Amino acid sequence: MSALQLSHQDLLKIYRTMRMIRRFEERVMAEMATGDIPGNTHLYAGQEASAVGVCLQLEEGDYISSTHRGHGHSIAKGVDIDSMMAELFGRASGTCGGKGGSQHIADLRKGMLGANGIVAAGAPITCGAALSMKVLGSRQVAVAFAGDGAMNEGVMSESFNLAKIWNLPIVFVIEDNGFGEATANAAVSAGSFTRRAESYDIPTLEVDGTDVFAVYSAAGEAVERARGGGGPTMLHVHVPRYYGHYSGDPDTYRTPEEKKAMRQERDCLVSFRRRMKEVSLLEEAELDAVDQEVEAAIDQAVAAARAAPFPPLSALTSDVYVKYL
Amino acid sequence: MAQKSFRQALNEALHFEMARDPRVIMMGEDLTGGAGANGVKDAWGGAFGVTKGLLGAFGPERIRDTPISEAAFIGAAAGAALTGLRPIAEIMFVDFAGVCLDQIMNQAAKFRYMFGGRAKTPLVIRATYGAGSRSGSQHTQALHSIFTHIPGLKVVIPSTPYDAKGLLLQAIRDDDPVIFLEHKMLYDTVGEVPDGAYTIPFAEARVARDGKDVLIIAIGRMVSVAEEAARKLAADGISACIIDPRTTSPLDEDTLLDFTDKIGRVVIVDEANPRCSVATDISALLADKSFDALKAPIKLVTAPHSPVPYAPNLEDAYIPTAAAVAKAATSIAKR
Repeated sequence: MSALQLSHQDLLKIYRTMRMIRRFEERVMAEMATGDIPGNTHLYAGQEASAVGVCLQLEEGDYISSTHRGHGHSIAKGVDIDSMMAELFGRASGTCGGKGGSQHIADLRKGMLGANGIVAAGAPITCGAALSMKVLGSRQVAVAFAGDGAMNEGVMSESFNLAKIWNLPIVFVIEDNGFGEATANAAVSAGSFTRRAESYDIPTLEVDGTDVFAVYSAAGEAVERARGGGGPTMLHVHVPRYYGHYSGDPDTYRTPEEKKAMRQERDCLVSFRRRMKEVSLLEEAELDAVDQEVEAAIDQAVAAARAAPFPPLSALTSDVYVKYL
Repeated sequence: MAQKSFRQALNEALHFEMARDPRVIMMGEDLTGGAGANGVKDAWGGAFGVTKGLLGAFGPERIRDTPISEAAFIGAAAGAALTGLRPIAEIMFVDFAGVCLDQIMNQAAKFRYMFGGRAKTPLVIRATYGAGSRSGSQHTQALHSIFTHIPGLKVVIPSTPYDAKGLLLQAIRDDDPVIFLEHKMLYDTVGEVPDGAYTIPFAEARVARDGKDVLIIAIGRMVSVAEEAARKLAADGISACIIDPRTTSPLDEDTLLDFTDKIGRVVIVDEANPRCSVATDISALLADKSFDALKAPIKLVTAPHSPVPYAPNLEDAYIPTAAAVAKAATSIAKR
């Protein structure tokens, strides 16, 4: 898929969403330092082109599941950033009423089945969403985002198997940032991820996850196959991870040179801007305007989150069940 | 009323609800058995024959034989429940929950709460449990205490064919995840079961036998053991009342407390291991809220704190017996 085939509106949307994810994450990192966001978060910055490239191929009724690094996928699938920010602040106006937090942001109305605190757990759940689509006879598809760490969980392989034998309308997107927490993927993963999926006769594509058009194109092929009844596909997407594993991670296992080079050479926003200039599709001024618009939206989300009330204490034990006694 | 087996009662409930609601699907290992092979279809109908005939009636789209892959298919059932279906997943032996506990306790049980009440998970996990079949430690556990401990799950443990049908229909119609536990040694027991559909609400304990001297609270298969003990006790002039909670989560605390207040002497019978169990939980409840009514210490008759053994003499000694229940009841009846 070439950039030239996308509409002006889509190109702007791609940039706006990638920018929104980046600034959301950078702002979350800053707000963590103030102590107003409790606990910890796992930041997606650097991987924006993957979530955006995939989700641009999806419709609102399609489903995605995410990982512990779930903010980017949520934003790309259209979850409202005001309620996401409020959720991070633990406020009643959050996506989950303040009861989920960063690792559990979900919005079923947007087809977002949840970030997940358990590595690889979203894969079988997404198979279930794809099964629903199949049984209910809809043309919707489901996408399971997972990291390279998830590939070494047994349930990932089980999910490949289930998806294939049931011919489910699902796409597995493996975002490989090279590290499972602080452990290098190279040190703990045998063989190749694509060969693992191929051994289940699942077609695979390997993609540069800093190139949103490459991701968009690969995802398009995978989603079209799923929607057309052709079953699962696996995308192995190579992405950088700008921050450490979690927001408090000093990230000393990577050298300053590596990190600097990663940011200089593998920034999806920089390469997108360069590309737009080369093909003269979007003006610098238009992109700058998007930056400002994003900045204002994030400022507003943070201000609203900070001003919002915490959940009432009665929420502590509500919504455990639909109906109990 | 027609006499039917526990197995048949469950089968009727599954047939009825699948016919009534197209969103109900089933999945599990050997749920049909023989699907994909050249022999007779529906060969097994599950390892215990409970799901026989469902494939023929509803087809392979709604009755799915799964790979031996509990984490994947229990997770898929949870995901399907989240997105518009009402799946029933079968874990052949509840012991195998060990390989998919993440999907049960971290995922299905938590969706609603973590998502701020904006999700429901109408999932039923059916599983067999219980000792008595000489099957060894990994095919015979009674794990209802573990599931009862986890908020978000409901736990059903029927003791009669009548209850099995009514509670299963209720479970399938419930919008929360339900663990439905079937004792292997109960499948052939027979009782009165109406042909039509009926439901039994959760948290409504059943008075299995009325009596005035001793209250026996018995769980699952232990209800029949308690009934045998009550007959013995009656011969000795002791009148035993038996209550079957039917669901351990939610628990019908009111009925348990009312009868404790009335009778004052309590024996709790459970096949599960005793530590941190439903038996100790009920005991604590009664001690907390009905202490003044108690005329004697609460007695627990449970399995020992050990895995289930294989040798027939050891397994028989593991399972609480009517003699042990009668002895415990007698020890407090005259105090």
